[in-house]
Amino acid sequence: MKSDHHVILRVITKVLIPVIVLYGLYVQFHGDFGPGGGFQAGVILAVAVILYALVFGVPSAMRAVPPAFTRSLAAVGVLLYAGVGFWALLQGGQYLEYQALFQEEPGGHHGQHVGIILIELGVLFGVSGAMLTIFYAFAGRVAEIRDEDW
Amino acid sequence: MIDLLLDTAPRWALLHAPALLVMAPLFLAPLLAILPSGRLSWLISIFATLFALFCALILVGQVQASPVGVVGYDVGNWPMPIGIVLRVDALNSMILLLVASIGVLATIFSWPTVKAEIPERKHPLFYSAFLVCFAGLCGVAITGDAFNLFVFLEISSISTYVLVALGAGRDRRALPAAFNYLIMGTLGASFYIIGVGFLYSATGTLNIADIASKLPDLAGNRSVEAGFAFIIVGLGLKAAVWPLHQWLPNAYSYSPSFVTMFLSATATKVALYALIRFLFTVFRPEFAFEQATFTYLLMPLGLAAMITCSFQAVFQTDVRRTLAYSSVAQVGYMILGVSVGTVAGVSAGLFHLLNHAMIKGALFMAVAGVVLTFQGTTIRDFAGLGRTAPWTMTGFAIAALSLIGVPLTAGFQSKLQLGYALFDQGMWWAVVFVVFSSFLAVIYMGRILEAIFFRPPINPRKSRKEAPILLLVPLWILALANIYFGITTELPLGLARDAAAAAFGLEAF
Repeated sequence: MKSDHHVILRVITKVLIPVIVLYGLYVQFHGDFGPGGGFQAGVILAVAVILYALVFGVPSAMRAVPPAFTRSLAAVGVLLYAGVGFWALLQGGQYLEYQALFQEEPGGHHGQHVGIILIELGVLFGVSGAMLTIFYAFAGRVAEIRDEDW
Repeated sequence: MIDLLLDTAPRWALLHAPALLVMAPLFLAPLLAILPSGRLSWLISIFATLFALFCALILVGQVQASPVGVVGYDVGNWPMPIGIVLRVDALNSMILLLVASIGVLATIFSWPTVKAEIPERKHPLFYSAFLVCFAGLCGVAITGDAFNLFVFLEISSISTYVLVALGAGRDRRALPAAFNYLIMGTLGASFYIIGVGFLYSATGTLNIADIASKLPDLAGNRSVEAGFAFIIVGLGLKAAVWPLHQWLPNAYSYSPSFVTMFLSATATKVALYALIRFLFTVFRPEFAFEQATFTYLLMPLGLAAMITCSFQAVFQTDVRRTLAYSSVAQVGYMILGVSVGTVAGVSAGLFHLLNHAMIKGALFMAVAGVVLTFQGTTIRDFAGLGRTAPWTMTGFAIAALSLIGVPLTAGFQSKLQLGYALFDQGMWWAVVFVVFSSFLAVIYMGRILEAIFFRPPINPRKSRKEAPILLLVPLWILALANIYFGITTELPLGLARDAAAAAFGLEAF
């Protein structure tokens, strides 16, 4: 029973992480109608993983969410954002013109909905990927704090 | 030639050139970050910069063909004060052409030096950061929105810090240099955004053209004047205006040689463009506080840069530091031209901006060749290279002569134009400073040229060791451009004059 002394931390963290992720998703999808959006949600999702890394150690966090994955996630986010812009171009609109995505008449809102959701998703991927990459870059440099040092 | 391009280019390229110019490199950058192969990412970078050059040429043609001299593009089809517009006139089409053509030449020559200086697994990420930087610089030059300009300025700056820091593989001093640059660059960007905030509070808009149209009614408004001061300091930091240039010598000396070459020819130039845009398009020289800025701030700073940094360049032992200090001195020439406050002055400044990009591009490319073959950048390392690497060093010498301002080179022509502009305003005493600074250039470049051509090699067993052909071709394109534009100045001088007229909001040509 070596690690008994932060059993409370571990248990509470396990309870908290799903709530944090859920709240992040709420902020993400609420962004269409009110305050919130991809940037805040991306930070919150990254915080969930960072909390996991703080309590269970960076190596196990890196096993759960590998650095290669976070780096690609950031890249995919930017690709998604810019890709929606190019999609609008291909449909004959201006760059990032949501109205042109499905070539709707003025008054149609389908393109607006799909456009903003994809854009915000791109921001979510980009921000959470970049946050975690930065965290890993800093946290990966120092030696792990051993249990006896607590 | 440009007419032919406008006739043959596909319709989508003509319609969307402003957006594609920035977004194509910015879209390819994250793609490179997940690619496994360095060589492939190099080829894609060449493609991206070539495509940007293609768009820039289209824009130059469209601006010249347009009756009002402006090409606009509404991002997301949101029109002017609400949405972000990309707005291209003669001034920024010239800058875009410069950045894109230097980008193409730099990317082509980069592969041998990147292979030698950057660890292999970082090659795709390196090119990814380069493309982000390139797209950011193009974005600063193309946008018509003051806040969007800040965003692109940060995009290019942050990737620049990364690129500078990657020089750590060759010299650990790249890390403090990059950190120093990061602090100074962030300060500059913060000052700029504070200034934009003041302007926004006074005018209620972020669109550059819209701010410009509202400012004449706000004469004497304190927050406009405070915003002006913040923006001048912020952009001055980015453009390395003396004495805000402290980040530049270290950043140029320790970054990978490809990065030095690309930055010296583009980064400070783009910041200087933004400065000119704010000095002449947003604020107007008729404003009393701006006249005072020209006479009591920019002109003394320009002169001080020309003299002190040329002196500092004389005492350097490292070739890259000599060239870096000389860069700050050359920014002084441009600032001097701008501070004359007339169309002739600004066009002389912009003309020197174009020529200096060609000169420093060629010089740093040749230095990159020496780093590649002999692993040294001190003047001692250059001794006798005129015999062992004649092609590289002849290219270096041509650009060096152009930097000094020898007749029949581009550098001479721009100093001539600067002299004309100064004489027009009766400022003959400033011409004395220009000539004196050129004499200092003779000394600091002369020291290097003397070592190259007249001293015996330090290691006589060094046989012919020319830079690779990938490096020699772009180097010689730039070197020959220095001679060509020193003989016929029609093309760059025409671009610079139209650009200066556009900066003043005058009808071009």
